[in-house]
Amino acid sequence: MFVLLARRILATVPVLVIVALIVFLMLRLAPGDPAAVIVGNSGTSADIARVRAQLGLDASLPVQFAHWVGQLAHGNLGESYFMKMKVTDLIAQRIEPTVSLSALTLVITILLAIPLGVVAAWRHGGWLDRLLMGFSVLGFSIPSFVIGYLMIWAFALHWHWFPTQGYVRFNDGFWGWLHHLVLPAITLSIIYVALIARVTRAAVAEALTEDYIRTARAKGVSELRVLLRHALANAAIPIATVIGIGVALLIGGVVVTETVFAIPGLGQLTVDAVLSRDFPLIQAITLFFSVIYVIINLLVDLSYLVLDPRVRY
Amino acid sequence: MKTIDDAVAASVPPPSGMHDDEALLRPRRRRSLMRRVLANWSVRIGGAVLLILILMAIFAPWLGTIDPQVMDPANGNLLPGTRAEFMTLAGDTFNHLYIMGSDSLGRDIWSRTLYGARISITVGLAVAMLAVFVGILIGLLAGYFRRLDGVIMRIMDGVMAIPGILFAISLVALFGGTLTTVIVAIAIPEIPRVARLLRSVVLTVREEPYVEAAIALDTPTWKVLLRHILPNAVAPLIIQGTFVCAAAILVEAILSFLGVGLPSEMATWGNIMADGRAQFNQYPHGVLLPGIFLSLTVLAVNIFGDGLRDVLDPKFNKRGGEA
Amino acid sequence: MTLQTTVASSVLSIDDLTISLPAGADRRHAVRHVSFDVAPGKVVCLVGESGSGKSVIAGAVMGLLPDEVRPLAGSIKLQGEELIGASSDKLRRLRGTSMAMVFQEPMTALNPVMTCGAQVDEMLSQHVAMTPALRKARILEIFRHVKLPDPERVFASYPHQLSGGQRQRIVIAIALILKPALLICDEPTTALDVTTQAEILRLILELQNEHGTAVLFITHDFGVVAEIADEVVVLQLGDMVEKGSKLDVLTKPREAYTRMLLGAVPELSAPQRPPLGDAAPLLDVRDLCKTYKTGSWPGRRRLVQAVRGISLSIRPGETLGIVGESGSGKSTVARCIARLIDPTSGDILSGGHSFARQDVKHLSALRRLVQVIFQDPYRSLNPRQTVGASIIEGPVNFGVPREQAWARAEELMTLVRLSPDALRRYPSEFSGGQRQRISIARALACEPKVLIADEAVSALDVSVQAQILDLLADIQQRLSIGILFITHDLRVASQICDRVIVMSQGEVVEQGEIKDVFFAPRHAYTKTLLAAAPGQGFSFGGTA
Repeated sequence: MFVLLARRILATVPVLVIVALIVFLMLRLAPGDPAAVIVGNSGTSADIARVRAQLGLDASLPVQFAHWVGQLAHGNLGESYFMKMKVTDLIAQRIEPTVSLSALTLVITILLAIPLGVVAAWRHGGWLDRLLMGFSVLGFSIPSFVIGYLMIWAFALHWHWFPTQGYVRFNDGFWGWLHHLVLPAITLSIIYVALIARVTRAAVAEALTEDYIRTARAKGVSELRVLLRHALANAAIPIATVIGIGVALLIGGVVVTETVFAIPGLGQLTVDAVLSRDFPLIQAITLFFSVIYVIINLLVDLSYLVLDPRVRY
Repeated sequence: MKTIDDAVAASVPPPSGMHDDEALLRPRRRRSLMRRVLANWSVRIGGAVLLILILMAIFAPWLGTIDPQVMDPANGNLLPGTRAEFMTLAGDTFNHLYIMGSDSLGRDIWSRTLYGARISITVGLAVAMLAVFVGILIGLLAGYFRRLDGVIMRIMDGVMAIPGILFAISLVALFGGTLTTVIVAIAIPEIPRVARLLRSVVLTVREEPYVEAAIALDTPTWKVLLRHILPNAVAPLIIQGTFVCAAAILVEAILSFLGVGLPSEMATWGNIMADGRAQFNQYPHGVLLPGIFLSLTVLAVNIFGDGLRDVLDPKFNKRGGEA
Repeated sequence: MTLQTTVASSVLSIDDLTISLPAGADRRHAVRHVSFDVAPGKVVCLVGESGSGKSVIAGAVMGLLPDEVRPLAGSIKLQGEELIGASSDKLRRLRGTSMAMVFQEPMTALNPVMTCGAQVDEMLSQHVAMTPALRKARILEIFRHVKLPDPERVFASYPHQLSGGQRQRIVIAIALILKPALLICDEPTTALDVTTQAEILRLILELQNEHGTAVLFITHDFGVVAEIADEVVVLQLGDMVEKGSKLDVLTKPREAYTRMLLGAVPELSAPQRPPLGDAAPLLDVRDLCKTYKTGSWPGRRRLVQAVRGISLSIRPGETLGIVGESGSGKSTVARCIARLIDPTSGDILSGGHSFARQDVKHLSALRRLVQVIFQDPYRSLNPRQTVGASIIEGPVNFGVPREQAWARAEELMTLVRLSPDALRRYPSEFSGGQRQRISIARALACEPKVLIADEAVSALDVSVQAQILDLLADIQQRLSIGILFITHDLRVASQICDRVIVMSQGEVVEQGEIKDVFFAPRHAYTKTLLAAAPGQGFSFGGTA
């Protein structure tokens, strides 16, 4: 069992290496001198020279890479050029809103999407199925910022039920925190719910065609139990997979949603970094998010050990 | 002791001749493929909407538009449906109906939206073609040559680990905001999905007895790939291409909206909405109306793709294809 | 109603049953005007080829038919209660308590994410009120009854940890734990090895005797019918052709169709085969070995020896059979010889050349020599190209110009008894038997000296099977090719092979001429194999 765990964890290493390589190469392979790119138009040649020394750009590429990875291993994500702060500090500052938003979104998604998908699969081809899948395609197609603005227009500007933007820290009051998060979380969940509901429906519908469902029905088991204990239990594996992969969508959505609702989280940080062309920060955040993605998918991978007995033995 | 034969015997489905139900329920005649595609409602609706949008984009100059870039600050923030006198920089004036209102600089949103359609659709198609083309190459190599598979898929996993939007943002920020770089930047995160799809098709088809038979007949590898394996991939690739196109249009809009896409003078849907942001509380039309256009386009492409999938390859999602 | 009447009356009573099919299917009705009874303690076998509607009847009784397939007329009575039109609640209550079913595919019949014990428990908890401890005790008891080794361990294990035979026993345990009056078995042993099949059949009979269960047994295998039936009902494309007691139907069939079916059943005998000349062997295999490495770091690397040193040779006009159960390595041998996989060691010689060591690029010569006919007729032809394109593929690869290859294809179609016009059609327009003939034509197009038939008739109906075997014999006579015939069916082997090799677990257990190996076996395994073949000593058909 532990061997399996170790093997899974070790399997993420090559992926992380590739991610680090890609992030590293992006800056180094861009046209122009990376130092000049970082310093931008407003810098002097002295600034450029300083940055070159700081980043060790005079050494060969592999040496630079090793140096950079070494820094990463020590938890040093570098320093933002414009904000003159260590990236790790910046991230620590901004992480709470993003985590709050993501967590609430995840909860809403799972509570909504999976039951919807199961019902759609059960009534496969019926009007409920088509209705739900119609909504799902809508959720997929309308960009999250449009949804965000629609929400603001309807629920904040028109009906004044929710604030138009901003964020209240958890420590400053639970209801304030929740109140400000409702619209953004709903905005963000729509695309995620659309994805998970579709996959749940497909996976459960597929499971319902398997032989063991016929055996279960031949036992006289109730339809509800067949649906949950037999079909959904087997569909859990592909569903978990997509929840993991969908995190990439979630991260993209966080960036946009925080921008629309002016939430001072990591998404906003990303946009600020890009607008000010703060490349060390862009790099560091991209790396950070990628690592989060890999970790979450690792957790999903490990969940198979619980969901699928065939994996254990 | 378990042997390979045992595993093979266990995994091969029972020969179809044995099941009564299959023999009885198999329908005899099937309409030609093209007819079935065109008869599908999703294809019809999605296709029709797309066609209208494309036609509108092509015939934009004749649909009550003016140059999308000319500004007239005196006519800023007009509501949709207003008629006003438009004064150009040269001093000429003419009467113009602002169908979708104007932005803060007096630019006609309707014109910008229609011309923006050209860019969005071009980007969508170009990204889809690029991603599919590169994805085919990578997926073929990984699926057919075992030794390359591990390395290639690790690299694909690495690319997939970087959230698509972040990847595109970084690339555009580094390499500039031209049309080409935007297309490449959006295409790169989409490539792994296509590669995985193709690889999974190749892996499943490779096990089919008729592929083994072809090898036994001394068919050279390239012919086996071309004649026996790839034809199975055509349908899933077309479908995945459609979904990539939809995603690309969305991503381009998001990039422009965030200010990291195409230059802001260019009239893309994202740029129009970005411009409208500041005034949103008072004049929501600047964001919502182009937003509806954008959503409609992406919706049409997605519905079209869904329809194609239902007709051409119902097992699409099982192969690892993703909408 | 007196007690006597209730005891004597049937458990299952089907009367004039007609079931419809949805529009667009091969025919309007799945079954028409079918009537038969199953009395307690009796086994009624429902026999027929594919498409006869036998599974549909089973589905109708259990109420498990898909919505589009509906009973139109007639009645199905279970212990006097009408099942057609019964509410789904009522049907659910009857399932398990009064009627139960065992299906064909044991590998997929159980939920992979539930323990076996839990799945059997579900049957109990659904229908009776018992404490968990009592339920477990009952389950362990029935596990012992169905002869599962180590019931406690089986209770806690998952289906993938058990073999096919063991899974089928669990399915039987589920079916019989509540002692239903009717047991329906839909081809329950078709997917199992012949020795396992014999055990399962014995088990079903034992359990049936114990509880006086009425058994409706669906099969296509007349050997099995001979082994266990009391009464037989013969179906053809939904119509009931004949019914009666086993002896009547099997030895004195009245209808032409039944006679045709019985005539097609291969007997375990050694018919007279044409004499072989003294020519040099076409193929000489020496000490062939194939070892697989499984398991990856950091688990232990295990070596699996699929084939351990097998030697054989085939002369012109000779048919050599390789028989064995699944896992014996017979298919691996075939694929090594055809070089579809690489042997680990050993030699394959033909015409002075050795083919075992050559890498893939130089195998053209071997490909002209040895061709393969695969098992599944529905997957061995590329569905997207015409049948003609498939047949000419080989010759074109060898450099034959297209027109010439096409002309040859037309000749071959006539040889395999199909119309040459059919070359422009697609595989989906042909039946299983016809597709197998096309595969034979495709193989012959390469002008091979040796044909390897890898379970080539196992997926076919018995009447079609007889035709294909006949065709192969005919071709062999005309072209003097050698045939390596891989099969698990001893009866088929005895009909067309000159010599036979018996394999088990990768090794040759016994080999020699048919009359020696099958009728005077020396090795214990061969004897077990022969004893397990169902319906021996039964001569089918009687007088024509």
